[in-house]
Amino acid sequence: MDTSFSAEDIAFRDEVRAFFDEAYTDDLRDRMGDSKQYREAIVEWQKKLNAKGWVAPNWPVEFGGAGWTPTQNFIYESERSSRGIRDVVPFGLKMVAPVIYTFGNEEQKARFLPRILNSDDWWCQGYSEPGAGSDLAALKTKAELDGDHYVVNGAKIWTTYAQHADWIFCLVRTSSEGKKQHGISFLLIDMKSEGIKVNPIESIDNHHSLNEVEFNNVRVPVENLIGEQDKGWTYAKALLAHERTGIAGVADSKRALREVRRLAEAQVSGGKALIDDPLFQKRVSDIEIELMALEFTDLRVLASVAAGGAPGAESSLLKIKGTEIQQQVQELRMDVAAHYQGVLPTELDNNVIGHEFGSAARQSYMYGRAATVYGGSNEIQKNIIAKAVLGL
Amino acid sequence: MNFDFSEEQTMLRDSVARFVQDDYDFDKRRSIVASEAGMSREVWQTFAELGWLSVPFAEEHGGFGGGPVDLMVMMEEFGKGLIVEPYFATVVMFGGLLNAAGSESQKAQYIPGIIDGSRLGAFAYLERQSRYELADVLTTATAAGDGFVLNGEKVVVSNGVNADTLIVAARTSGEQCDRSGISLFIVDAAAPGVERVSYRLMDGQNVANITFNDVSVGADALLGELNGGFAVMDRVVQEGIVALCAEAVGLMGQLNSKTLEYTKTREQFGVVISSFQALQHRMVDTFMSYEQAKSMLYRAVCALENNDADLRRELHALKVMTHKCGKHIFEEAIQLHGGMGLTDELDIAHYAKRLMMINATFGDRDHHQTQFNALSYGSQASDSVASMSDAA
Ligand SMILES: Cc1cc2nc3c(=O)[nH]c(=O)nc-3n(C[C@H](O)[C@H](O)[C@H](O)COP(=O)(O)OP(=O)(O)OC[C@H]3O[C@@H](n4cnc5c(N)ncnc54)[C@H](O)[C@@H]3O)c2cc1C
Ligand SMILES: Cc1cc2nc3c(=O)[nH]c(=O)nc-3n(C[C@H](O)[C@H](O)[C@H](O)COP(=O)(O)OP(=O)(O)OC[C@H]3O[C@@H](n4cnc5c(N)ncnc54)[C@H](O)[C@@H]3O)c2cc1C
Repeated sequence: MDTSFSAEDIAFRDEVRAFFDEAYTDDLRDRMGDSKQYREAIVEWQKKLNAKGWVAPNWPVEFGGAGWTPTQNFIYESERSSRGIRDVVPFGLKMVAPVIYTFGNEEQKARFLPRILNSDDWWCQGYSEPGAGSDLAALKTKAELDGDHYVVNGAKIWTTYAQHADWIFCLVRTSSEGKKQHGISFLLIDMKSEGIKVNPIESIDNHHSLNEVEFNNVRVPVENLIGEQDKGWTYAKALLAHERTGIAGVADSKRALREVRRLAEAQVSGGKALIDDPLFQKRVSDIEIELMALEFTDLRVLASVAAGGAPGAESSLLKIKGTEIQQQVQELRMDVAAHYQGVLPTELDNNVIGHEFGSAARQSYMYGRAATVYGGSNEIQKNIIAKAVLGL
Repeated sequence: MNFDFSEEQTMLRDSVARFVQDDYDFDKRRSIVASEAGMSREVWQTFAELGWLSVPFAEEHGGFGGGPVDLMVMMEEFGKGLIVEPYFATVVMFGGLLNAAGSESQKAQYIPGIIDGSRLGAFAYLERQSRYELADVLTTATAAGDGFVLNGEKVVVSNGVNADTLIVAARTSGEQCDRSGISLFIVDAAAPGVERVSYRLMDGQNVANITFNDVSVGADALLGELNGGFAVMDRVVQEGIVALCAEAVGLMGQLNSKTLEYTKTREQFGVVISSFQALQHRMVDTFMSYEQAKSMLYRAVCALENNDADLRRELHALKVMTHKCGKHIFEEAIQLHGGMGLTDELDIAHYAKRLMMINATFGDRDHHQTQFNALSYGSQASDSVASMSDAA
């Protein structure tokens, strides 16, 4: 048992710092924070990361991964989040790519992976449907073979950033025989295909990231099928486990909590700073202590994955705890903003409003409610632990 | 012991409920929120015709002569209907202050206009720095001739931009957080030197920051005694807290019944999701939260009506309980609606946002818990319901 950094680790940390200092410019930071410029800016950033070889560190080295140790991963994540640098967009790099390099054929790997690495394509995830949320296997969007094409009909919902996407990876029904998990296929669909319609959904934070995607006789070449027809569920399940690693967001929550403390120092009312309020201090330290433990839970899972274990039900634990903590920090920030916590975006300057973070606190808190719903709701994660860990 | 409403109170309740059902559905509310004023003059006129605007005023001024229970009954129904019209700002706060401290001629001048719907009011008390400290007032009123000149800024003023008349808390003597030395002034919102910028809060409210640049008012603008404004606002804030918490209880009840209804119709895994015991127990918990919040409200309204010696303690407890139960209920409501709960389209999010804004008005949970503790254990027992401490 030893969790201290080696000399190589320290050298690595210095390299990460030097890179961020140079590559993550103030201008880039500002544009990434502006929802109108976000897509362009994050793509620019990911291209910089790719040039450094760090955009997909956890991919197998042969496809472009960095071959980092768990400690290096930890160091990188800590440095990234302590600077408030947003994580990469997961849909291509963290979600579909692992499916492609694990289950795809050589042609598919050659065709898609380099473009994902270089952020040439923007991907979105087409799993959920109006009738298939937690019960994903109930999905109905149909793909019927017609010569060398599948013809896709149906609708996906809650598709994040479909409005930006060049490609969508979908679970579609190719057979309705047997168990519902059987007969699902994993299909890559070009968003420019005829018959696709994207309808925006305004979310609780008054932003537009969610969409409904309709498929009306969309023709998809058979070479876009991953693996075997009707076996998509197995591939998707492997992907879901991947999606959940890193979901604990420990480093991001640590940074957010530090930020809350800083903000609370500046809130002085009746001659007293909020940070000196014992009730407030208790709330902060309750979260901090949970985070200290979660940081090590996260490392334990990482270490076991590195030792060859597959991220299984442990990642459910990380998701539940990680999102609960994330939401508590967001709530704390709202409370620091007091009566300014409800401010909606406006053309007015923050200085006119009289508050610099009220609107941002509202936005992150409101959107943050989704973290316990998406990626498999926390109730579903608990069902997974009950079954897979406790054997119920 | 009698928890029944009087015949008149039952009629009031039923008339609001009928109005909401027939004339104020969620789409109507949405279009009102989206309008430039963020309220409907037409609806307001209906309120006047139905007699609701007259409830707390004495019969000699054309009022209904109602007390805290009457207001509670109405506010609870307003909560259920998610009514965004400025009843609280105009009738409860602006009207309440006039009731509490107005001279006969001031009452005669302003109250009939409130009752017939022609005059909208607002209470301008918050400042950038003041958080939940009611006595933290920097805006000044300086004697000039036989009147006063006002300078300073008020922020997040509810109904501030639509109001015809403002009641402004300003310092006439003493230091920043002193309770003595605050005076209240009735100010024409269109007076020279009054500048308003409006923005929206997430619950749809149209609020304003209002600056006063050498605004001259006559001696007759002084509401109550010179330097004696704090006691007046403190008392009216007490009434306001009960009214707001009544609205909150209405919101909570609706959230619970809508969530229950949703889970009884939403199917996943081939069954309605209300059949999962994990969710049943959660809804039992939110049901109990609702009952607790309601009981606390009834306690507090009785204490207010009887002007009990430990009224402050009751009100702090009410605000703590309302915050806690409200948050519990809206978080569960969103979570149990899954993706639907994260949309702007469904009313669930809007009920949640209103509850959040109520929690952030006149002190949040931590604030009131601190006050409650000070009364229970502290040497520096507080004697202001929405004030941080006596330290100043
Ligand atoms: C912001 C956001 C972004 C999203 N992005 C994407 C995306 O990019 N691509 C995509 O495909 N999907 C996406 N989703 C969809 C997300 O995966 C689903 O919302 C989620 O799976 C829940 O499904 P549902 O919304 O249909 O809720 P439901 O499944 O109807 O669940 C409703 C409630 O019932 C509970 N519940 C359901 N079953 C059980 C059970 N067996 N036991 C106990 N409780 C249960 C749930 O936990 C939840 O609280 C996104 C969702 C959100 C909110
Ligand atoms: C101090 C004490 C005094 C008592 N005095 C008396 C007495 O005077 N007379 C008498 O007749 N009995 C008495 N009892 C017995 C008491 O009523 C039983 O203990 C109780 O009914 C629970 O039964 P059990 O102990 O068999 O637990 P179980 O019924 O086996 O329950 C075990 C656990 O499972 C949970 N559980 C069970 N069913 C469900 C379900 N459907 N859904 C969710 N959770 C469930 C329970 O809540 C409990 O947590 C007493 C018990 C105690 C501890």
